[in-house]
Parts: sequence; structure tokens; C-alpha cells
Amino acid sequence: MRKHMEKKSHGAKKPAMAPNAQAALRRAGFSRRSFLQTTGALIVTFSVGGMFETSEAQGLLEGGVAGSPLATQVDSWIAIAADGNVTAYTGKCELGQGISTAQIQLVAEELSLPFSRVNLIFSDTSMTPDQGVTSGSQSHPKNFNHENLAQAGATAREALFQLASKQLGVPVDQLAAKDGVISVKADPSRKVTYGQLVGGKKLDLKVDPNAKRKPASEWTVLGQPIPRRDMADMVTGQFEFAHNVRVPGMLHGRVVRPPAVGATLVSVDESSVAGMPGVVKVVVRKNFVGVVAEKPWQAVQAASKLKVTWTPGAGLPSHADFYNYLRKQQPTRDTLLVNSRDVDQKMALAAKVVKATYYHPYQMHGSMGSSCAVADVQGSKATIWSPTQGVWHQQHATALLLGLKPEDVRVIFRRGSGCYGINGADAVTYDAAILSQAVGKPVRVQLMRKDEMAWENYGFAFVMDERAGLDAKGNIITWDHEAWCPVLGNRPGYKNPGNIITGFLLGHQPEPFQPRSVAPEPTEFVNNSNGVPSYFSGQVGGASQGTGNVRSERALVHNTVSPFWTGPLRSPQRLQNTFAHESFMDELAAAAKTDPVAFRLRHLSDSRLSDVVKGAAEAANWSARPSPNPQNPKTGAVKGRGFGCVAYEGGNGYCAMVAEVEVDRTSGKVTVKHIVTANDAGPISNPDGIRNQIEGGTLQGMSRALMEEVTWDDQKVTSFDWRTYHTLPLGFNVPTMETVLINRPDKPACGAGETTITVVAAAIANAIFDATGARIRQVPFTPERVKAALSEIG
Amino acid sequence: MKVNGRSHTLDVDPATPLLYVLSDDLDLRGAKFGCGLGQCGSCTVIVKGQSIRSCITPVSSVDGAEITTLEGLGINQKPHPIQKAFIEEGAAQCGFCLNGVIMTAKAFLDQKPKASDEEIQQAMSGVLCRCFTHMRMFRAIKKAAAEMAR
Repeated sequence: MRKHMEKKSHGAKKPAMAPNAQAALRRAGFSRRSFLQTTGALIVTFSVGGMFETSEAQGLLEGGVAGSPLATQVDSWIAIAADGNVTAYTGKCELGQGISTAQIQLVAEELSLPFSRVNLIFSDTSMTPDQGVTSGSQSHPKNFNHENLAQAGATAREALFQLASKQLGVPVDQLAAKDGVISVKADPSRKVTYGQLVGGKKLDLKVDPNAKRKPASEWTVLGQPIPRRDMADMVTGQFEFAHNVRVPGMLHGRVVRPPAVGATLVSVDESSVAGMPGVVKVVVRKNFVGVVAEKPWQAVQAASKLKVTWTPGAGLPSHADFYNYLRKQQPTRDTLLVNSRDVDQKMALAAKVVKATYYHPYQMHGSMGSSCAVADVQGSKATIWSPTQGVWHQQHATALLLGLKPEDVRVIFRRGSGCYGINGADAVTYDAAILSQAVGKPVRVQLMRKDEMAWENYGFAFVMDERAGLDAKGNIITWDHEAWCPVLGNRPGYKNPGNIITGFLLGHQPEPFQPRSVAPEPTEFVNNSNGVPSYFSGQVGGASQGTGNVRSERALVHNTVSPFWTGPLRSPQRLQNTFAHESFMDELAAAAKTDPVAFRLRHLSDSRLSDVVKGAAEAANWSARPSPNPQNPKTGAVKGRGFGCVAYEGGNGYCAMVAEVEVDRTSGKVTVKHIVTANDAGPISNPDGIRNQIEGGTLQGMSRALMEEVTWDDQKVTSFDWRTYHTLPLGFNVPTMETVLINRPDKPACGAGETTITVVAAAIANAIFDATGARIRQVPFTPERVKAALSEIG
Repeated sequence: MKVNGRSHTLDVDPATPLLYVLSDDLDLRGAKFGCGLGQCGSCTVIVKGQSIRSCITPVSSVDGAEITTLEGLGINQKPHPIQKAFIEEGAAQCGFCLNGVIMTAKAFLDQKPKASDEEIQQAMSGVLCRCFTHMRMFRAIKKAAAEMAR
């Protein structure tokens, strides 16, 4: 296997700006065809089959049910204009993670064009193929391997070569492409440009699964640290976020959410806002309440003055006792991920049995800007500008809420603030659509901070029991994992708007909870939530599919009904499970009096995971010894190092981390001093982009491990702003960071957005143990909890 | 009102927070609504050399004052050194917080061009970035500080 350890690289030249995609999109109106016409692609009507007409209606006819271009057609992904410049279309949107840059690199690479000559349009139900949701580190696997955008690019390149071969009268293998020109290798003066070959016309080809991808050894654009195109616009205040979308005649809405969880609407006294300047309408539908005004400040004031009477809330379980409540809650839906059916028997034979329970709170996305969307619902048609991760889901679910046909709803992605999973983006899009429909005019809604933070779909709370048996030599002979995780709602998908707050207030129910109290035996190995520790052999159906060698194994999950909305938050479940698995692995290493890295390697069977473990340890100058550090003083500030690793989703990215921390034994304060990460995401599309994800994921993971926790009283969420929900501000002591990127050009592309964040909490907890001998098993590691853990060991 | 060197005469409720006037009456995109509570920094603008939170500043209180927004620092073709440093360092992910980060740092560096790392850190302690692009942002701020001090 080829392996390349890459050094940091900076300072690549910024390419010339391509036509501004956002501005072009605005000009586009409802039709992708007219967009092509205005951006220089020559559209001509031909009398022969295979060419297309200029008809405005065509755009809607050629797509799927709701008008999106078909993913099976090359033309849905790639358009070559008369000047040979390329516009690519993708269903994977730019949330800030850098995927648009990487996708432009991909298309430029496959078509042998410079980065500057490719433009990218993403996530618009009328213009781009339906690729579901941009989430879960799936964009690279979906668009950079042998399907979709990458394969469309490869098919287009082969078609261009065929056309050039015919035109130049030379076999394909004697041609070469560079900068949009195909020339004869032996006589480069004989050449033809892409524009001359197909400019403005359709290729009219199906995406060919056998079209040959350009091998990584020939890459000149992919693999380079090309800077993002959006930086200059962002730092000068020109960039258009969803928050900046302005439509002629647009009004402004604000919502009034219930004061307590489970409260329902009794009455709305519209006279309480009568006569307030600019107020256009009070909108009430079932439990949904909103106001529309001419200006945003008027809407804010009206929403706060509107007299609304609600029933009391349904009551919430005690926050202090929540984890016990969770463990006892009925009914449950049980899932066995692996079950060798011998863990109890093996446990009885063990020389030593180790047990521990880990706790993870609900956490929130807490995006910087509260979510915002603009909707223009006019009669039977709607146009929506939304920061959603899934415009197609929005299209269908919003159509359901509005009573329209999905094909009459166009959803156009505009970047929101942050993302990290399902924040308030989808809910505010429904809010805007409902208010716009009520007034028949375009309406912009931005949530207030509390609307966002008290009602978003939180990242999952978890209780996780771990139990393992060691033999006399300190090898793991059996391991049992059992977890409890409450769920309510989720991403709305195409037809479940009740999975998020606005849909629920409008009378839709969340997806029903289906109890299943005896889990069926697993029939296939699924580890995309990392419920199975990396050290399990993952025996299902007679084959080892895990990344480790522990053959006596059980992983059982109990889902219960959550009192709060839940949904994907960066590395959903994977992060919580990995916190438990990797902390526990450290406890086992300590019980075996073995170095935690050597102990991990001993129980791993997967070479890619082992390689990141070794890579991180080597870069951190890890000295092999058991934890805790016997040299450490028993008072004052003490230092420690901790390790964590994961095969993200069981094999969609590999990451290992060394955290070096300082613990103040007196105050309980934990300061992370240095972080070393080794990451393998397959072939690296853009080393600067992946570093940015790794750095951000590390610090976000630190914030979540050290500070973040949703809180509530008996009626309502009490963490609803930045005074009550804590995050590491820009001024905190940022640790130094070192990143080892393992590039594997010959492997399929994996995700890189969620690998690092998954291991941070365990690496820090293990470092605290190394420093002090105290084990902290509950996130976040507040000074109080650290002090409590210290006092436990005396 | 004077914003980025241009005068505007507006008829608005004097209690309106400055942010709403900037983004909705003047259609400026730099200052952003993050929390509306003065807790995160996204709405930061510079008035009389001080960075202020425009989401909690009534427009009446800055009547006649010179207001600088992110747009007023520089433009794409000619960015301010601090904007240039952020571009060069690729110091953003979603970019929503950039306004607060850049405007807070700019006002601070104007007052204290030779600030130490600790002082910069202290000055940025009330600004949030939830993508946690902190490392690159600090690099960009220090780079800008060196450039601005020249």
C-alpha cells in the first residue's frame, strides 16, 4: 500500500475568480436553461435527436418527479459552455466545510481544466441532481468515488476525447488534454477546444460507471491546497448568506414559540398588537404562532408584545437525575449490533472484570447566527431560499405543510450560519413558508436566539455501560457494551415535518417510536454509529467485519423516547459511543498495567486504524508506559497525555489523537496544551481544506468535552443563550496542534468532517487520568466534576 | 447617520437597534444578527474607534457619529490588511462570525498596534466562532498586527 505522510503546505496562489455562482443563480429565475444562456453557454435548437430546446418548460420536464435533473445523465452534472468553461452541478452544498472547493477541483481534474475555469452550482431543486442531504461525512464518499459527480466528469472526458478523435482523425490513445484543449500528442499544433467540440450543446450521455477516472498519480488540481473562493467576499461583507437574501416586496416574520415543552395554545389576543407600527398579520395555525410586519424590528417587537396564552407544559424529568431516569425508561427499542452469545460465560472465566458507566449530555448545534430563511409563496407556487442541508427534503415536506405539489416548490440553498447537523435551518424554513403563505407575499424569518436554542434537535444524550474481562496476561477476552439513548424526531426527510418543532406545532407528529423490547439477533454488520468498539472482531454471519480481534463481543442499544427533539449533531452517536469505548479502553489498559497505545495496537486487526494510531503516537513522541504517570506530584498543576482513536462509522475515515493536558488539582480546571492528530480519509482532495476540518473539529470537540450541556427545569430548557449554554470563546487558550495527514490515493474517498471531533473527549479524559489518576466519565468535564473525580481517589 | 463615510438620512424608530438599520435600511451585509443580546459579537461595528455590539445599541445613541462596518474596511480588490490576512490564512469555515472577529480585532489593534498574544486573546474573549476556526483566526490577527504596525 502506498502511503505518504504529508508536511504542512501553505501559500498556494489564489486562482482567478470564476463568475460568481451566487449572482448567476439569482439571475437564473426558475430555469436552469435560462441560467446557461445568461452565463455564456450557447444553447441552440437542433433538429436532430440529442440536442435540447430552449423552452423554459423543459427544465421541469426532464428531471425526476419534482423537477430535479436526473443523476443518471452527464448533462445533469456537467455543462460545457461555448468558451469551454465548465459549470458543474452538485447536490452537495457548501456549509463552510470546504466541499465546494474540493468538488471544483474534482471536475477541473477530470476535465483537465484549471480550477479557475470551473464554476459550481449546488443544491437547488430546479438545477441540481437530488443528492439527499449534505451530511454525515458522505459528500466525499458520494461524489469522489465511482459514481455521481466524479463519474459524470470521467464520462464527459471520455466523450470529449471521442469527439476530438473523430474531428482530428487520430485514435483516442494518441490524444492529450490540457487546459480545455485536446491535442495530438505527436503534433500539438493539431488541436481542438472543448468549446469547439460541444460548447453549449448537451452531451446527452448516461453516466458511465466504467468511464476511467484520472489516477491520483496524474493529479494536478486535486490534491492541491487550493484556497476557497468565498474568502474575499466573506471578509469584505459582500458574501450572501441566507440571512442576506432580499426579495422585492419582502416582509419580515418572527415566531412565538411555546414557553414550555409540551405547552399547547389556548388563545391569542390579536388586539395586544393592534396599532403597532408596521404589523401586517398575526398568523395562528394549530399551535404555531407568528407575526408578519413590514420591518424586522417591528416584527421582533410585535412578537414580544403579542399576548399568547398557553397551557402549562407536560413536565420534564429531573435534570439532576436524568441518567437514572433514562436507564429505567420504558418502552425501549432494542438493537443488537453484534452478539457472540458468550460474553457472560467468558466474563466468568476472566482473571479480572472491569466495569464502568459513561454519561453524555444533550448538546446543541448552537450556530452563531440564529437560523434564517426567505419564502415566497404565491398561490400554488413557492420559491424558498433556505440554509437546509437537504433542499429536496425541504421541497417535499414544505409542500406537504403548504398543501402544494412538490414540483411547484423550488428550494434554493443559501449558506446559513454554521451547521454541524440539523440546527434551526429546517424549522425556520417552514416558519417562513407558513408566514409567506398566510400573507401572500415573500417573508423573511430569522429566529431569535432563544427560539433557536430552546427548540432545536439536540445531539443525543447517552448512558453507556461497558464491561470487559481480561485474562491473566492482560488481554481482553470479552467485552460487553450496553447503551441507552433517547430519541424524538429527526431530520424531517420527505414526509415527516413533525420531526422538528415547526412541523409539530403545525399539527404533524414526529415519526412514531416503535418499541421492540427483545432485540433481534443481528443479520448484518452495521457500525455507522460506532456502537461497536474498534476492538471488536464484529462477527456477524460468520465473517469478521470489525476492526479488532476481540471475538467474545456484545453491543446492545436501547432507544427510548426523548423529552426533547433530537437529531444529528456533528458525529451523532459516533462521538458519544467513542467517548465511552475509548475511555474504557484506557481503563482496561490501566487495569492491565500496559501502555495505552501498545494495548490498543494489540487488540486491533485493521491496518489503516493501526496506522493512524502509530502515526499519532510517533508524531507526539509518545513514550510507552502505563497510565497514570507515577512521577506526577499529588498537588498543584499536573500534566498528562491521553489517547483516542476511531474507525469512523466503522470504516469511513480513520483518526487517532494524542491530547496533552494540564489539570489544576486545586481548581479542577483542565487546560488542553497540545493536540496531535493523525487522519486517513483516503485520497486527499485538498490538504488545506482537510486541515481546516481537523482543526475546527478538534476545538469544537474540546468545547463539547469541557463545557457544553443542555440544561432544563421541570418545564423548559434553561440553556437558551450564550450565558446559559457555554462554549469556548475566541479568547481561550488554544492548544498548539500538529496534524499528520495520511494520504491514500489508491483507496476510496472517505469522510473527514467528523473523524477528529469523535475522539477528542476520550483523548482528554484519558489525559486527565494520566495526569491525576482520576477518571472522569461524564461530559462535560467541568472543574466541579474534575474535583469530584479527584476527591474520589483521595 | 454617517456610515463608511457616507451620510444617510433615515426616518426610523429611535429605539431600533443600529444593526437593523444597517442590515435592513442600508442593506449592508457585514454586521450580522447572531444572538441579539450582545453575547457573540457577530453584529460588531466600530464607532469612534471602539468596537460596539450593534444589536443592542439604539440607533438614536449613534446619531451623527461616524460608523464603520466591515464593508468600510476594504473591498475585494483592495482589502484592509486584516481582511487580507484572513484571506491568506483561509481563516474561516462558515464565515458567519468573521464580521465580529475582524471588527473586534481591528478596533483593538488600532488602539494597541503592538499588543502581545495575551492581550489579543483577552481582546477576543467575548467573540464566538462555533466552527472553531480559532487557530487560523489568531494567526491572521497576528499577521495583520505585524502588517498594521509597519
